[in-house]
Amino acid sequence: MRGKIGFFRWFIGLFLLFLYGPAILLPVFAFNTSSIVSFPLSGFTTEWFSVLLTNGTLHVAARNSLLIAITTAIFSTLLAVLAARASTRFSFFGRRSIMGFVMLPMVLPEIIIGVSLLVVIIQMGFELSLWSITMGHILICTPFCIAILSSAFMNLDKSLEEASFDLGQTRWNTFWLVIFPLVMPGIIASLLIAFTISLDEFIIAFFLAGTEPTLPVYIWGQLRFPAKLPGLMALGTVLLLVSIGLLLIADFFRRRGIRKTGIENTGGFL
Amino acid sequence: MADFQKWRRSESAQGLFLISPTLGFALLLLAVPLIMVVALSFWTQDYLTLDRTFTTANYQTAWTEPMYQYLMARSLKISIFVTAVTVLVAYPVAYFISFHVAPKRKAMWIFLITIPFWTSYLMRIFLWKVILGYNGVINGTLTGLGIIDEPLSFILYNQNAVVITLAHAWIPFAILPIFVALERVDRSLIEAAEDLGDSGLRRFFRVTLPLSMPGVIAATIIVFIPTIGDYVTPRLVGGPNGLMISNMIELQFKKANNAPLGAALAISAMGIVTFFALVFLWMNRKYVRGPS
Repeated sequence: MRGKIGFFRWFIGLFLLFLYGPAILLPVFAFNTSSIVSFPLSGFTTEWFSVLLTNGTLHVAARNSLLIAITTAIFSTLLAVLAARASTRFSFFGRRSIMGFVMLPMVLPEIIIGVSLLVVIIQMGFELSLWSITMGHILICTPFCIAILSSAFMNLDKSLEEASFDLGQTRWNTFWLVIFPLVMPGIIASLLIAFTISLDEFIIAFFLAGTEPTLPVYIWGQLRFPAKLPGLMALGTVLLLVSIGLLLIADFFRRRGIRKTGIENTGGFL
Repeated sequence: MADFQKWRRSESAQGLFLISPTLGFALLLLAVPLIMVVALSFWTQDYLTLDRTFTTANYQTAWTEPMYQYLMARSLKISIFVTAVTVLVAYPVAYFISFHVAPKRKAMWIFLITIPFWTSYLMRIFLWKVILGYNGVINGTLTGLGIIDEPLSFILYNQNAVVITLAHAWIPFAILPIFVALERVDRSLIEAAEDLGDSGLRRFFRVTLPLSMPGVIAATIIVFIPTIGDYVTPRLVGGPNGLMISNMIELQFKKANNAPLGAALAISAMGIVTFFALVFLWMNRKYVRGPS
């Protein structure tokens, strides 16, 4: 028995090292004085972070990415609320196949989505722009939002709704006064997840980017220049902290939602 | 008319009405574009002019040209390797969290496993280059410790590097479904097997593993299908011998300006991957479940 536990300890330890390796190296090189990203380390500096503050192209790319991520978060959550509510509350013709189709982007290789949207935009004679990237992002984020919101809607007790009807409330009031407050944490979690996915998405953005770059497209362009790498490490560190912060907030709301509906917390995201 | 009024108030109508915006969006931005890609793959392009006469020439090129055959076979091989490595590593981790972690801490562990996934995707791949490189972290540590004299060169700019980097990227997606399946395994069944005299390993292979197979299957599909579509990892860490079919698809759509051939390659790749996934599902149904 002890041997078995010992094996697991070693295995999990190595696994965590493998898993966290890149994430640990990111801040290590971001604070390293050398402009070459390799060991041994030469000294401590915050220079690479101050470089970020004065980089105009970077700021434009960051603004584009924020704009896309906020739009994506709002629209994919809206679409996901409708789908999650429909699929958990009502049984309708072809529900399983419709849901399967809407969830398809989750398993489809992203290059297929990028390519197919590119083809449509060019065939229709539209220009590639930030809008085309946003459309692609809404498409791939919606399934993740549906997954989160479905569990939020599924945990709802139908009798609460019926009680509201019995007490004379309309459908519309019932939704706003009873259902919406209960699924609110799920909605916030969904907004944050979609925002985070969109902020980091590269494969689709690279296919659909016109002249205006998003943050990952900008990073891709800079990866070719060795001199820019320490700055990218600093940028990566900032992005990692932002993502983790957002996810902690999302997880907090998800847990609160679970507590509200009175069910034991068992899993995490996704 | 009365019938319509009645239908309009039914569950079915309300559900369909509610889901219609999401469905419409998916039809417009997923179904229509996919159909257009299929159409495009049967057309030809000469520089910028598109010839809309039906032809299977693109598919003939995609399936007979040795370079494309070779890339396709290599991509498939890499994807299968990545899937196998990912699932084999993910299972013990999921098992550990489900069976050896206190119930209160499980959510924290799952969170811990998803965090590295939120490091910038491009940066993560680039950092693997730093870890695996000739003067990288692994070689530096091993030479520093005196384990090796010469830096290892077989770990970067080849298919091994692609497999490691992709496995790292997909492992959270494999752990989660296996974990969920393991959580659903009725613990009393394992106790029953123990009472009936099955030893630890036998108990695992006869009870726990078969009951968690749905999770393993889900993990396999979730990792296998999207892996074929990654063109960034092969480009950054794969070197010339590590390029995959997606790199060729990207090339055809962008620099080579032959979108129809790119479309045919993309659809062929999707078809092959789907075929393999279906064969895998079928084999599972046939051999793993056993007589019921």
